[in-house]
Amino acid sequence: MTQLPSSTQKKLGLVIDLDTCVGCHACVISCKGWNTENYGAPLSDQDPYGANPTGTFLNRVHSYEVQPPNLKDGSKAAAQLIHFPKSCLHCEDAPCVTVCPTGASYKRQEDGIVLVNESDCIGCGLCAWACPYGARELDADEGVMKKCTLCVDRIYNENLPEEDRQPACVRTCPAEARHFGDFADPESNVSILTAERGGMDLMPEQGTKPVNKYLPPRPKDEAPEFDVLAPYLEPIAQDAKGFVGWLDKTLSAMPRGAK
Amino acid sequence: MSLDQPNLDTSPKVSDEVRKTTCYMCACRCGINVHMKGGKVAYIEGNRDHPVNQGVLCAKGSAGIMQHNAPSRLRAPMKRVGERGSGEFEEISWDEALKMAVDLLKPIRENNPEKLAFFTGRDQSQSFTGFWAQAYGTPNFAAHGGFCSVNMAAGGIYTMGGAFWEFGQPDWDRTKMVMIFGVAEDHDSNPIKMGIGRAKKKGAKIIGVNPIRTGYNAVADEWVGITPGTDGLYILSMIHCLMKAGKIDLDYLARFTNASCLVNEDPNSDQRGLLLKDSDGQPVVIDRNTGKLAPWNGQGVEPDLSATYRDKGITHRPVFHLMADKYLSDEYAPENVAERVGISAENIRKMAADLARVAFDEEISLDRTWTDFRGKTHTKMVGRPVSFHAMRGISAHSNGFQTCRALHTLQIILGTVETPGGMRFKPPYPKPATAHPKPHGKVTPGAPLDGPHLGYAQGPDDLLIEDDGTPKRIDKAYSWENPMSAHGLMHMVISNAHAGTPYKIDTLFMYMANMSWNSSMNTSGVMKMLTDKNEDGSYVIPNIIYSDAYSSEMVAYADLILPDTTYLERHDCISLLDRPICEADGVADAIRWPVVEPDRDVRGFQTVLCQLGAMLDMPGFVNDDGSAKYTDYADYITNHIRRPGVGPLAGFRGNGDDHGRGDVNPNQLDRYIENGGFWIEHVPDDCAYYKPFNTAYQEWAVKMGFYDVVQPYIFQLYVEPLRKFQLAAEGVGDRQPPEHLRERLKRTMDPLPIWYAPFEDGHVDPEEFPVHALTQRPMAMYHSWGTQNAWLRQIHGHNPLYVPTKIWEENGFEEGDWAKVTSAHGEIVVPVAHQASLNANTVWTWNAIGKRKGAWALDEGAPEATKGFLLNHLIHELLPPKGDGMRWANSDPITGQAAWFDLRVKISKSDVPNEAQPAIPPIKSPVGKGPGKLTWKVGS
Repeated sequence: MTQLPSSTQKKLGLVIDLDTCVGCHACVISCKGWNTENYGAPLSDQDPYGANPTGTFLNRVHSYEVQPPNLKDGSKAAAQLIHFPKSCLHCEDAPCVTVCPTGASYKRQEDGIVLVNESDCIGCGLCAWACPYGARELDADEGVMKKCTLCVDRIYNENLPEEDRQPACVRTCPAEARHFGDFADPESNVSILTAERGGMDLMPEQGTKPVNKYLPPRPKDEAPEFDVLAPYLEPIAQDAKGFVGWLDKTLSAMPRGAK
Repeated sequence: MSLDQPNLDTSPKVSDEVRKTTCYMCACRCGINVHMKGGKVAYIEGNRDHPVNQGVLCAKGSAGIMQHNAPSRLRAPMKRVGERGSGEFEEISWDEALKMAVDLLKPIRENNPEKLAFFTGRDQSQSFTGFWAQAYGTPNFAAHGGFCSVNMAAGGIYTMGGAFWEFGQPDWDRTKMVMIFGVAEDHDSNPIKMGIGRAKKKGAKIIGVNPIRTGYNAVADEWVGITPGTDGLYILSMIHCLMKAGKIDLDYLARFTNASCLVNEDPNSDQRGLLLKDSDGQPVVIDRNTGKLAPWNGQGVEPDLSATYRDKGITHRPVFHLMADKYLSDEYAPENVAERVGISAENIRKMAADLARVAFDEEISLDRTWTDFRGKTHTKMVGRPVSFHAMRGISAHSNGFQTCRALHTLQIILGTVETPGGMRFKPPYPKPATAHPKPHGKVTPGAPLDGPHLGYAQGPDDLLIEDDGTPKRIDKAYSWENPMSAHGLMHMVISNAHAGTPYKIDTLFMYMANMSWNSSMNTSGVMKMLTDKNEDGSYVIPNIIYSDAYSSEMVAYADLILPDTTYLERHDCISLLDRPICEADGVADAIRWPVVEPDRDVRGFQTVLCQLGAMLDMPGFVNDDGSAKYTDYADYITNHIRRPGVGPLAGFRGNGDDHGRGDVNPNQLDRYIENGGFWIEHVPDDCAYYKPFNTAYQEWAVKMGFYDVVQPYIFQLYVEPLRKFQLAAEGVGDRQPPEHLRERLKRTMDPLPIWYAPFEDGHVDPEEFPVHALTQRPMAMYHSWGTQNAWLRQIHGHNPLYVPTKIWEENGFEEGDWAKVTSAHGEIVVPVAHQASLNANTVWTWNAIGKRKGAWALDEGAPEATKGFLLNHLIHELLPPKGDGMRWANSDPITGQAAWFDLRVKISKSDVPNEAQPAIPPIKSPVGKGPGKLTWKVGS
């Protein structure tokens, strides 16, 4: 068994905004590209042009349909589709770490990132079994466990411009649905977003204390809070003739050169 | 175990070098940083400085490395050695390939240039390929706009001098309400995602009008699950509500639109319904200052939106009165359209009220002084922060042109076009239809065509028809069948050439167009047309030359293959002369350059055209001494001069400091590379809004070379060219339509936007075929643009038919079931999946995931080839016969746009077949199959 640090100096992680995620998979492929070329073994693909292509991904987007409760007026609400990106949540009580028989899985004391030391990993798969989120994938080619590194080789990388020292998925997200920061700092962007938007833990009942937070979708399809007819659509005329009468009257009241 | 942590290098070297170029994984044209290691591509990310994507990049863009290295890349020129369609080829040298092409093209050019049909598909170099085709002299050139979104482009240009995407965009930073119509993943892919993210962050409301609630419509705050093909009716009903409530911007309408222009209402005049003109031919208004007639653009004139003009016993009314007659009619009352559009009357009203609320209660005012073209100085820029975006969902219908016009009319009556918070044009737009070329089609053997092929017809005189009415073009563009077909009709070329109507051709020359698969209606029929033989054993379409970078389905149907490069191996210019990358705040263009050299015997297609042009002695491609003018496309990009001081690239001209206009700069491409692959100049603040009317903008546009003289204009709510065609159909004028088209022209060419039911509704029985069938383009995959990408196909390797709850339950479908889907034209058997967030009478699938066995270097057992399918088999380029002896085109009657989304089907449960039906036999792959494993790491 491997020990978790009793506390970490920082709690680095992601805020993922489910209100804004359009499900484009940009984060999925940007992650695949960076992490194939960088940290550890490449993320391999089996049968990539064949009948059953399967590869290693550290981040995947799932889509779920939900049926919201009835609207205020009692009518049935339209079904909604939620895009749900999922990667390692860098839990404070990470069961994948404590279950590791070789110490290959560990949580960094300085920033809380959960990593796999590939040279110590024997590919037993216990960590993937222990993770309630299904966030780890055993690479079929290398036989080692792969997982989100929070781009540990980007966020401190002095070879990158400072503005690029963030995870690849965050840098690439077109809708700005992904945010990276330190949850230990109450003034950080991620802490503020979580507080303002009611950021949630994923499956809190599992007791893993995930660091990543999800911002819930805002309410949708709600009726406007105003009376439709008055003042916005109150008729000024019933037909074209009446309309022209209104038009003449209105124009004559408008000063020339108005605006 | 202890808490010892391994030593980790958190600052590994990222790359040896970053090369900045332009993405080509779709038509969005984002800037990319290509990280190189040891001369190989290691990683691709977005370019932060780039105006289009500002650093972000979509899944397609990030997967470019798999496209660039795809096993499906063609390796060398090939000539067909087996039967056409078999995929049997032999690799040949470029010398032999070019000689084969010249041997075909030279005699055609010398004798009858129209026997070459040159269509360039999803080409992004149309100002160059069009220039080549014009110099060659064939009238038969277009790109793919006719089967894509010409309704959107033409509807916008005729109405307001620009449309969406490359023409214009919501004022994302100031808008408070964004309404999107028929938008799935589109060309403007990253900017729309960025815009939606920014708008939501500010609390702006997003409304998605779409039968399908996925993607952008899934994150929309409100979803309008409209019945396909009825958007125009929905929009006109909201116009009805807004006009009836007086919630319209009268000042804006009076000054900046032709709502004030007077219409000739003399029923006996051959000018009836045209705009009244002064002796200079300018439309006239009544000036509020004098109460007298004045030209629309007269200095100091204050157009009266309501005053009429009485002359010789006839009262001539302004356009706005005609609009009142039309749109206040009960025909458009919410109660009378609700059932057809599938939206309750109450919800139509709520939406109209919400538009009115945001437009008028949340008005924006910027303290920026500007002067309009009538000399009036305005101290503020006033805006109504409602913006719109629309795309293929509304345009790919036979009523799409008028629907797009209806949407622009809604934008304009609210005063939201080119105003703060509304929709803004991107340079070099706005540009009215009259500032575009007219169509040209006069052929002279051995000489260039008389002008550019494509343009904006202004009336019957501009049609490209012979004296007997026969179309001059093989696609019948600019004929009475579709008089305003501004992008041509690529989807009709093969069937017309096969039928020999209007005439037979000799050679079909295509680029980047998968016509034997997903880019054609009636896919199986097209495959047959491409392989059909005459009695003497010769092919009905005698010769086919095709250029593609990849082993697409179309390759098998060509006789000669000219292999193109990947997008990282080539020069390109994304030019202001055709489809630039500008943003509302900046004029910009960009290049591609070979960040890696090809490792195969391939050449950029545009370079091949330069070489062919020289070998054919074509003007513009040879020097006076007969030598080749351009060695390659880069040479053309640098040295070609289109108009004085204007070339393909606007940046770094002359000594490198001239922008817009300037002399040739031999180092121009190097300057672009140093600048990150693009050039941008910002639109000055006083030019930022009201551009069509804004004197400062007009002068800046001339300085930048967008056009040569200032050309202010007003929005054309009333499109006079439409009325000219309608008037001809009423019997006025020498150029008369054929009798069978007369009634249709009268009905559809209305100068004010109208709605009519999609044509398929009148040709098939809506009760027998009650279900609408659509496709959408996935965000993480583009339709056969490149290869079937190893990473992306793990996301989109399957395309079930998505079925709404009602139909799912009626048929007793369960997970894993298959369905028979039947249209009036064909039948497919495909896997189904349930989706609740869907219009109750609509089914849909992802576009072009289905692949043919043997194509794209995929295994024949690939799910794309066994379970994947195309809806194209259900869609014919002609509508079913309806007993009048005619076969009507399945296209918009105004522009000829392919009406993909008019499709009606019926659906029933099927036994589970071995594979999706129809199963097309495999083709032989000219490139073999891809590897069984990828462990892609180029660095150590």
